[in-house]
Amino acid sequence: MIAHPNVTITVLLFAMYRERVSENCLRLTVEHPATVFSVLQQLQVEHPDIGPLVEHTLVAVNQEYAEGDQILSEGDELALIPPVSGG
Amino acid sequence: MESGKVTNITSERLDPEAITAMVRKDSNGATATFLGTTRDETDGRAVLHLEYDIYPTMAYKVFETILDELTEKWGIAQAVIAHRYGHVPIGEISMVVAIGSPHRKEAFAACAYAVDRIKEIAPVWKKEIYGNGAEWVGCHTDENNLALRTQK
Repeated sequence: MIAHPNVTITVLLFAMYRERVSENCLRLTVEHPATVFSVLQQLQVEHPDIGPLVEHTLVAVNQEYAEGDQILSEGDELALIPPVSGG
Repeated sequence: MESGKVTNITSERLDPEAITAMVRKDSNGATATFLGTTRDETDGRAVLHLEYDIYPTMAYKVFETILDELTEKWGIAQAVIAHRYGHVPIGEISMVVAIGSPHRKEAFAACAYAVDRIKEIAPVWKKEIYGNGAEWVGCHTDENNLALRTQK
């Protein structure tokens, strides 16, 4: 049986996420299979205050928008993107 | 990114004249510059100032992608996207988009498109500070839809 290693990633927080978690970024170790979706699940368990925000949040992996089923690799940079309001 | 297409992210005041000058060229008969400026009220509430948060590495990538889209669609070779972050007082400039093109049809179209795309997909967040509180704009929206954001 092949062992599937855990994956350690960086999670960047902005705007209301930064305020609710009181951090700019987190380091997270996620079990295989490490997907965007599983990271969101784990974050909500570890930081329940962000629960209401997740429904309207997009995710970027290594600075590109990503879907929930995207698989993450060791060292990936994930960012939570709540509704944007630039310009 | 080719030298005629420039992106800038800064906490300093933006200079629209300097930015516009960057897209001027003798072969361009049209220059279109958009200024996004901070307004003093939202839905009847007085806004005291704004705070912009930004994800710089991704914002640069998104701005460069948008500038490449301008070239694909309208052949634009001179264009600047500049965005300010941090504390921005009322009445100041939060964003400048400047486009140079031989003719006005492409310049107007590219400028409007770039502004709309930035507002749609750039990882930038605006917080309005009121007398009695503060709010991140758009935090109650249902429009944060990935399909919408990635379609061209």
